[in-house]
Amino acid sequence: MVERRPFLGFFSHVVLIIGALVVMFPIFVTFIASTQTSEQILQVPMSLWPGSELLKNYRAVLVGGADTTGVSPMGHMLWVTFVMAMTIAVGKITISLLSAFAIVYFRFPGRNFFFWMIFVTLMLPVEVRISPTYKIVSDLGLLNSYAGLTLPLIASATATFLFRQFFLTVPDELAEAARIDGAGPMRFLRDVLLPLSLTNIAALFVIQFIYGWNQYLWPLLVTNDEAMYPIVLGLRRSIGAGGDAAVEWNLVMATAMLAILPPVIVVVLMQKWFVKGLVDTEK
Amino acid sequence: MAAVSISNVIKRYGFGPGANTVIHGVSAEIAEGEFIVIVGPSGCGKSTLLRMVAGLEEISGGEIRFTSGDGRSRVVNDVEPADRDIAMVFQNYALYPHMSVFDNMAYGLKIAKLPLAEIKTRVDKAAKILELGALLDRKPRQLSGGQRQRVAMGRAIVRQPQVYLFDEPLSNLDAKLRAQTRLEIQKLHAELGVTSLFVTHDQVEAMTLAQRMIVMNAGRMEQVGTPEEVYARPATIFVAGFIGSPPMNLLDGTADGSRFMVGGQALPLPRPAPRSGPLILGLRPEHAIWGDGVSGNVGHWQLRVDVVEMLGAERLVYCRLGDALFTVRIDGTLPPPKPGDAVPLQIAPERLHWFDPATGMRVAS
Repeated sequence: MVERRPFLGFFSHVVLIIGALVVMFPIFVTFIASTQTSEQILQVPMSLWPGSELLKNYRAVLVGGADTTGVSPMGHMLWVTFVMAMTIAVGKITISLLSAFAIVYFRFPGRNFFFWMIFVTLMLPVEVRISPTYKIVSDLGLLNSYAGLTLPLIASATATFLFRQFFLTVPDELAEAARIDGAGPMRFLRDVLLPLSLTNIAALFVIQFIYGWNQYLWPLLVTNDEAMYPIVLGLRRSIGAGGDAAVEWNLVMATAMLAILPPVIVVVLMQKWFVKGLVDTEK
Repeated sequence: MAAVSISNVIKRYGFGPGANTVIHGVSAEIAEGEFIVIVGPSGCGKSTLLRMVAGLEEISGGEIRFTSGDGRSRVVNDVEPADRDIAMVFQNYALYPHMSVFDNMAYGLKIAKLPLAEIKTRVDKAAKILELGALLDRKPRQLSGGQRQRVAMGRAIVRQPQVYLFDEPLSNLDAKLRAQTRLEIQKLHAELGVTSLFVTHDQVEAMTLAQRMIVMNAGRMEQVGTPEEVYARPATIFVAGFIGSPPMNLLDGTADGSRFMVGGQALPLPRPAPRSGPLILGLRPEHAIWGDGVSGNVGHWQLRVDVVEMLGAERLVYCRLGDALFTVRIDGTLPPPKPGDAVPLQIAPERLHWFDPATGMRVAS
């Protein structure tokens, strides 16, 4: 802020704190609920103090145990989701990095055509092309597999476009200097472009990891084996289709907490990279 | 070290009748160890020519040949830049921003799979020559413009190439640093003696650095020669106007025996013009003799002073010669003329240049 007025500073802090509290409250309630017994939760009003069941609930959710809903342990689902989100994030970054590299640094017939083809797919979200994609995945026998879960989600026009824009800002002379130094195209990509794109890659990784982690519709279609359920699907299943009474809300809340945790960890860890990228801008 | 022979090199963008030709058949022989400066206004194709020698730009026609010291000669038209045994210094230096100074210099050697000890020796030696020793661990962004420029030179030196190519390496430096770096490049060339091609649009750089210079205009070579030759006997009107500061006075008129008709005035010539008819007369501002104190075979002209500029050691006097503009450079210690003054001028016959207005070529006198 340019102006230095004590009242304005105080006021903006109040607004910020209120805003933060409003956003935090549901997560807080979720956490409190996950530490109570299912009976305690159903009391009206629900206690806002942590209960005694923290470890028991989380152990039950992670490895099974006191399970009445027939939902498999979340530990495995977390693993499935982690593999899925990682594969999607890493796959997207790899593929879009390579395609942007091809589009920017190589002259081949139809270069612009291919770029626009990629660009046009921006307009087609997963939901629009979901039926043909499902048909293909099922014909290839990829239902209930990691490949089926991740492959259709890996191609990314957004990331390709982002890398293309970044590569265009890298001076041509850098590529020429590398050429004179005897670095082939892949060597140039590895030794020069990749290190320069690191902050971009970190940002994309966070976004794509969360995108992959939160996938619901696609896994719902291509998996019917519980062993291949991602956590979001598991969460939905644990609420069940039946009456309210059958739902163990404390366990559901614990599952929700576990489902939130990995994306939060990724964001917090990667935040260092963002800051680093901001502090020493390499031009 | 290598000799570079450029024969009838053409650069064309596009194909067929719509093709845009930017270099129209340039030929030059560059001897081993020579320092050649390619100079010309922006857009004249000088950088394109250099990039064709480097291999960064395809050659549309003609041939570039490298002949190394042992007599081995090869056409490099289709040779990759890395295999041409050249090193290039770019205008914006093109240092790898994420690598330290050491890594920047060592990168090419690492790719060439030189032993680490050898890389270290070479980089240390180059760093010593360029006084970069204390900066080897820094990143390019922690360096000043002059230091970056030196790293770029260092990167070229460690490769121990046959030919150095410089693409306007001094234009991003401030005036003082530029003069200083110019001297350093001269010293470096004296020390290493490697064939060098240096592209610049700055004629001072060209004059001071070149053993021979190539003056280019609009994709054509106007003149090749030593700085002295180019200054004393410009081959075309373009060279006459481009080399020398302030530029040569060029008067467009008609010669008639020992008179030259320009702007309604008849100027007496100290020696008859090489031929009668339309001609362009050239006289450098520094070669007009101020006043009428000299006796002998000289022409006497009358000028009217328009504007006077003080440059310290000298003054530039902008005058009118009839309708034509005429610049004279005089010693700064002379009493300054006032605007409106009528001043006599004396012309020594050997200082006059003649050009054909139709072809733009020099007419021998």
